Amino acid sequence: MPTFVYMTRCDGCGHCVDICPSDIMHIDTTYRRAYNIEPNMCWECYSCVKACPQNAIDCRGYADFAPLGHSVRALREEEKGTISWKIKFRDGREKDFVSPIRTTPWGSIKSPADYAAPSQEAMESQELAHEPDALHIDMLPALTPDQLKKGVV
Amino acid sequence: MGLFSRRKTVHVDSDILVIGGGMAGCGATYESRYWGRDLKIVCVEKANIERSGAVAQGLYAINCYMGMQWDENQPEDHVRYARNDLMGLVREDLGYDIARHVDATVHKFEEWGLPIMRDPETGRYQREGKWQIMIHGESYKPIVAEAARKAATEVYNRIMVTHLLMDKTKANRVAGAVGFNVRTGDFYVFRAKAVIVGAGGASHIFKPRAVGEGMGRTWYAPWSSASAYALPIEVGAKMTQMENRIVLTRFKDGYGPVGAYFLHLKTYTENVNGEEYESTWYEDTKALVGDYIDRHPVPTCLRNHAILKEVAAGRGPIRMVTKEAFQDPHKETVGWENFLGMTIGQAVVWASQNIDPKEINPELTTSEPYVMGSHATCSGAWASGPEDYAPSEYQWGYNRMMTVDGLFGAGDTIGGTAHKFSSGSFTEGRIAAKAAVKYVNDLSSEQPQVSEAEYQNLEEIVFQPMENYQVGRNEIVAGTVSPSYLLPIHGLQRLEKIMDEYVGGISTNYMTNEWSLKRGLELLGMLKEDMKNIGAEDLHQLQRTWELDHRLTASFSVAHHTLFREETRWPGYYYRGDHMKLDDDNWHCFTLSRYDRHSGDWEMEKAPVYHIVD
Ligand SMILES: Cc1cc2nc3c(=O)[nH]c(=O)nc-3n(C[C@H](O)[C@H](O)[C@H](O)COP(=O)(O)OP(=O)(O)OC[C@H]3O[C@@H](n4cnc5c(N)ncnc54)[C@H](O)[C@@H]3O)c2cc1C
Ligand code: SF4
Ligand code: SF4
Repeated sequence: MPTFVYMTRCDGCGHCVDICPSDIMHIDTTYRRAYNIEPNMCWECYSCVKACPQNAIDCRGYADFAPLGHSVRALREEEKGTISWKIKFRDGREKDFVSPIRTTPWGSIKSPADYAAPSQEAMESQELAHEPDALHIDMLPALTPDQLKKGVV
Repeated sequence: MGLFSRRKTVHVDSDILVIGGGMAGCGATYESRYWGRDLKIVCVEKANIERSGAVAQGLYAINCYMGMQWDENQPEDHVRYARNDLMGLVREDLGYDIARHVDATVHKFEEWGLPIMRDPETGRYQREGKWQIMIHGESYKPIVAEAARKAATEVYNRIMVTHLLMDKTKANRVAGAVGFNVRTGDFYVFRAKAVIVGAGGASHIFKPRAVGEGMGRTWYAPWSSASAYALPIEVGAKMTQMENRIVLTRFKDGYGPVGAYFLHLKTYTENVNGEEYESTWYEDTKALVGDYIDRHPVPTCLRNHAILKEVAAGRGPIRMVTKEAFQDPHKETVGWENFLGMTIGQAVVWASQNIDPKEINPELTTSEPYVMGSHATCSGAWASGPEDYAPSEYQWGYNRMMTVDGLFGAGDTIGGTAHKFSSGSFTEGRIAAKAAVKYVNDLSSEQPQVSEAEYQNLEEIVFQPMENYQVGRNEIVAGTVSPSYLLPIHGLQRLEKIMDEYVGGISTNYMTNEWSLKRGLELLGMLKEDMKNIGAEDLHQLQRTWELDHRLTASFSVAHHTLFREETRWPGYYYRGDHMKLDDDNWHCFTLSRYDRHSGDWEMEKAPVYHIVD
């Protein structure tokens, strides 16, 4: 299902252009609206669909194996912390799903620089940031060199 | 050059340069800041780190979590599991290292806001299988990207990195990278004391099953363009296990995941007559691989092998029996959300073809091969191991440093460490970053020296395809056929056809042999010559050109490795028709390659395997 854009809904804001990992949502210079310039390099990842404030982007299943008449719509609501899906089959059956997307406020992650600076001793140990606390066990496990032997197992 | 006189050259200096802001790159960026408070940390990404890499559309499971806090698994267990699945060959020192740290990563993800499902009875994370936990991961990538953005001094999005730069005063030391901005066309010269490559795996090396509008519906993302391999290969870093490409058994056409179906929903497969088929091929497989077939769980490649044999015997397609499980509404929800969370395209295929798994047992297929280092496969760069226990043959410097000084890697980039997945890739990025900070501290004030002549020469090379197009375009009236240039898509399709037909793709049922590999290499050589004549119409096509170039470099490596290993180690991933059996006497080892860009030669060697002794 490569994406396509509805002419009457798109206002040319460019969010889809910014987000597409494949760099295939571009603004058409005549119409000043977005379109998919390379449908055969679309992963149908829905990143653009989720990012479009106008809900102007939809997908039509890849022509070489998806018969017409279906639709899979997504509504991602950051404030509510959910994503909602509506799946419509070619024969009209429908299925709806809702999932949470995040449990904390957007932007709330602390910079690693906001934690106390690590000691030189920690730097020389094998521990990574926030260890051993973040492991939820007392100590970082380790092997001893003699536990690794050349050969066939 | 006149055509691009408005193009700027932008210089960016840093202590640590992270190339690729996917799972590994975000982990590396975060950890670099934790240990290097005063360092300048730059992350450069060809897309937008908010939604880039293999996790762009989200994931529904974290496939690497020990659960040491509940004594569910220990790192040793994971090493044995990965070793078993890869038919005896993994870098156990590296694998153990990831496994011992990965729980801390996952706990951090949860603290940052990633919804991890919990078992209502035990309160523990909901297990999908022994190693997998279930998540609502639609925003997995945006969450991880937020952590990386908070840590980085600067993030540069939409810059396609094309080459690494080497130090002009010290042989074999990296000094930075160059690339171009896909929007403005500016040329970027990054100078750095240490470079961490986290540029993901490779799709579109082998011809995909869908070649029309659906060619982008590969299992691994179409933007996984092998930069992780090409960048280090070009500067002489050693690669390992590049022959170990992976073939995935997935739902037909959409390549929707099967993990939750097998492990959590307890669905199972059968042939077209409704029969169990794996036992039919037990003796046949045993004759090829010996007692590896008796190991538990059965290695992924051998399960593919049974499917390929059963289909060849005329009893395909193999189907997933979902009708029973899907009567349970909870399981039905999990089944669908699993797709919506990580492979939406499969939901589209089923909706379009009226496939409701409650009523129809859906078809499975085996995918085209992919090259990557983080799944049930371990292609990638040869890296130094952890200081505290790695054998001396695996230790020549800092943890996760490649055989080029100052050049580190993580995730799909690093070879020998299968089954790290998203959480393990992020963790490996953290491991590499701490080592890179140490490396930078040890260098103290010593600055990397880049040669102006070198990057100016690269600038010409990088933009040449646009010149080719501008000039050649005037020769023809219209259309895509020119006598003087090829478009990037033409080159890509040629590459895919060569790899498919000569190096073990779908059209030969993953079969190859010495003659085919040598012929494949000849044809790849001609494609390499033709790369000088690629025409790029615009900056987007210029990005496609360099992605193709990287895929081609990685393909050479895959073909050389496949030729070198004279056995069939992983039936079901590929077959050497002239050496159909697994041969532990001669090939219980890693394959290593080194490319010399001056002579164009590939040197191959074997490296020993070390196992954890029980
Ligand atoms: C369909 C699917 C299902 C999966 N399911 C699971 C699962 O259930 N659980 C799990 O744990 N894992 C799963 N994985 C695996 C997981 O996604 C990978 O293991 C992980 O993303 C690898 O991390 P990485 O950083 O190496 O690569 P990526 O995350 O792909 O990151 C690579 C980054 O490098 C950038 N890049 C590439 N080339 C360049 C360049 N030349 N210049 C600049 N930037 C560049 C890319 O844009 C990207 O951002 C799945 C993957 C797929 C595709
Ligand atoms: S995000 Fe939506 S409205 Fe904005 S340019 Fe894209 S399609 Fe148009
Ligand atoms: S679905 Fe994904 S790949 Fe396709 S256009 Fe949208 S963002 Fe790009």
